Amino acid sequence: MQPISIELPHRDFSAIKKAGLALCAVGFLFMIMALMEVSRSNPVLFFMLSAGSMVTGALVFILPQLKESPAGIKHNRLFFLSATSRGFWGWAAAVFFTGFYVILYWFPQYLENLIRTTDWLSWIMRGKPADQWFLYGFYYTLAVVVMGIRMIVKNRHNRYQIIRTCSVMFFQLGFAFLIPGLLQLFNQPEFYFTYFWPLKYSYLFPNDIQWLMSQPGGLGVFMIYWGAMMSFVATPALTYFFGKRWYCSWVCGCGGLAETLGDPYRHLSDKSLWSWKIERYLIYSVLVFVVMTTLLLWINSATQGAMFGTWSQNFSSVYGFYIGALFSGVIGVGFYPLMGSRVWCRFGCPMAAILGLLQKYWSRFRITTNGGQCISCGNCSTYCEMGIDVRAYAMKGQNIIRASCVGCGICSAVCPRGVLNLENGPMEGRYNLGR
Amino acid sequence: MDSLVIIGNGITGMTTARLVRKQSDRPIIVISDETDFFYSRPALMYIFMGHMKFEHTKPYEDWFWEKNKIQLLRATVTSIDTNAKSIALNNGQTLPYGQLVIATGSRTNKFGWPGQDLTGVQGLYGMRDLELMEKNTSNVSRAVIVGGGLIGIEMAEMLHSRNIPVTFLVRETNYWDNILPQEEAKLVGRHIREYGIDLRLGTQLKEILPGNDGRVRAVLTDKGEEIACQFVGLTAGVTPNTDVAKSSAIEINRGILVNEFLETNVPGVYAAGDCAEFRMNRPRHPKIEQLWYTGRMQAETLAKTLCGIRTPYDRGVWFNSAKFFDIEYQTYGFVSNLPMPDEESLYWEHPEGKHCVRIVYDKTNRTVIGFNLFGIRYRQAICERWIRDRRTVEYVLENLAEANFDPEFFREFEHEVIALFNSTNPARKVLLKRRRGLFQMA
Repeated sequence: MQPISIELPHRDFSAIKKAGLALCAVGFLFMIMALMEVSRSNPVLFFMLSAGSMVTGALVFILPQLKESPAGIKHNRLFFLSATSRGFWGWAAAVFFTGFYVILYWFPQYLENLIRTTDWLSWIMRGKPADQWFLYGFYYTLAVVVMGIRMIVKNRHNRYQIIRTCSVMFFQLGFAFLIPGLLQLFNQPEFYFTYFWPLKYSYLFPNDIQWLMSQPGGLGVFMIYWGAMMSFVATPALTYFFGKRWYCSWVCGCGGLAETLGDPYRHLSDKSLWSWKIERYLIYSVLVFVVMTTLLLWINSATQGAMFGTWSQNFSSVYGFYIGALFSGVIGVGFYPLMGSRVWCRFGCPMAAILGLLQKYWSRFRITTNGGQCISCGNCSTYCEMGIDVRAYAMKGQNIIRASCVGCGICSAVCPRGVLNLENGPMEGRYNLGR
Repeated sequence: MDSLVIIGNGITGMTTARLVRKQSDRPIIVISDETDFFYSRPALMYIFMGHMKFEHTKPYEDWFWEKNKIQLLRATVTSIDTNAKSIALNNGQTLPYGQLVIATGSRTNKFGWPGQDLTGVQGLYGMRDLELMEKNTSNVSRAVIVGGGLIGIEMAEMLHSRNIPVTFLVRETNYWDNILPQEEAKLVGRHIREYGIDLRLGTQLKEILPGNDGRVRAVLTDKGEEIACQFVGLTAGVTPNTDVAKSSAIEINRGILVNEFLETNVPGVYAAGDCAEFRMNRPRHPKIEQLWYTGRMQAETLAKTLCGIRTPYDRGVWFNSAKFFDIEYQTYGFVSNLPMPDEESLYWEHPEGKHCVRIVYDKTNRTVIGFNLFGIRYRQAICERWIRDRRTVEYVLENLAEANFDPEFFREFEHEVIALFNSTNPARKVLLKRRRGLFQMA
């Protein structure tokens, strides 16, 4: 409506930050080189040149922000920079992420040389050579840690954000990377203690259960027990006390990536009523899909294939392809720079769907609004990665209780009038009508 | 049914329209010459800083108004004929009204400074100002801001976000100390300087000097100093925008005069928000209220009257809030800038100088009168209740954690505030009843 022509600011980045970006670019080029034959002669050197330069470059870019200006909300120029406002660099990043996932899932043979650069680490951690999933896990964790440092630097005035970011970094590094690796080193099944059915759907599929049961020693059985307990006992209990956030923005690896690597894109989520509609159709369809898949597999397994034959297995493959790989990976992360950091969590994740239903109907969690102090500025809605129109509630003085809210706390952080606060309290009177 | 015509699509006009629509099906027309849709005026700064785009500042999606049958008209009202009960628009149209609400807001104060109309000199109130500021600030090597209020510091933050060096002329001895007590005013002043803003206290603008191109070249201060600059922000307050009513029978003083029902002297014509001026004296309340909150609250009252339940405006316990760069400010009740003879205040400031709490109370009966909070969030409902229930300062301190609205894990300062009170009031020592902790809420 208002055509505001906004010119680019006079100075984009300081010299040192430019140097950091340049080093990242150099590391990226070495990563491309590492895909080629040339890296075979010295994979460790190429690992250092690619991953090493990128991490160093990123830190050189991030750490000066500590001194750049006093701590506080700094979203200056976010909507002017092409990388964070669906401009050229935003699209370039989206194409890169999307392409990476496509290659990773369906054409891993082209990553062969790059995978070899992480062999040395895989040998140390797991006692065996790297594969595409190790490569993926390594770079995923690296992204969470490095961008987690960025998140902490950016929010260093906010203890909730610092502690929460440390939490996602800890769970990604420890439970989604080191422990699964070390388990393999000690000849135990590779198991992710922070992923449960239905997000990690196969953990309650007959195949995985049989595989875990067949493991020597009691650990496999413990893992089955752990998975079932987390899905059916811990999930409702923890969500009752803290809301969905205990998982989605404190523990989950997908959430971890969204809260760190995805943070520069959080404001790109769609806030329209229309998108909320789409969200509800999609996420509950996926939930129904995964529940049905699980049921079919179990019925088939119990009847020893008499009922569905290979049909239930096909059903499961379809879920794995379209939801597990295409939706959660390719679109979920690939579209960060276009649709915000929580595309998968918002539109697809069946775990989020369950947590959301619990949060809406059986939880002490809510975001409270502070009296009549909302100025309707829109920062809360803009920076909500889940696309919740937080302002719509805040300006009426209503509590915000939405199934999709992951409790990241950014709305409360960006509010210039101190209106929003994440709180746990009695369920009674949780839904208020506001002013 | 009688049509309701509202002039102005700011918070006052749109809140009135929305709330009247909730209670009636009558035609509602809102006229604005500023924007097609309602947006949040306090958010203008964030558009300039790149935190948001214009579309994010619209509290309702565009379809909302049509769906609720609130007709939006983009036009300028040129005159009001209160006898014929109609208004004339700049597009030649004449629009009859049953009831008319004037909610035209404010305009920037200009005090007749020489050069105040030069290119590159402007205030910041609406969308047009923002567009102008976009133009006026390109290739600027220094900006000067005149007037140390809330818009002034916002402008400083905006310019700082574009790496434009700022000189900030403030007439008062300390920033905004016609409102804030000295300690708070100094706290904000330090923070402004921390950002590299050249804050000149006790300094006034004398003249704005033109260059050969008709654009501002420099400003001259009352101390005789010439500061070279290419942009001047005039932020010495705002004044009611009453133009639309000027040649009509509607009575105007500084603002459009209204009684406590927001009725003007002409039956069926109302004014609310920044442009309205109350006829009656209300102790410690200004006659013209120029806040977002008061605009909204006046509209809430007015909507009732328009729907047949004649309701007087009651501001309730005073509150306001703002943000000075990174430091949030909330105030509840009355905290005057100069100590009142019958009042005492407890002022605690964190050693880092970015958090403070002031609690003002009555010397004799010790009831709490007001709170100032910087860098700390307190619950409005609790503070209001304490003030309304005339709780003593000792009671408030004992229960202070109840008011804490900071996010989880944030440092809690209540015990420090109480320790300070106890050290200065050894005969009245109080004990914090409980910490806020992680799992407690009001």
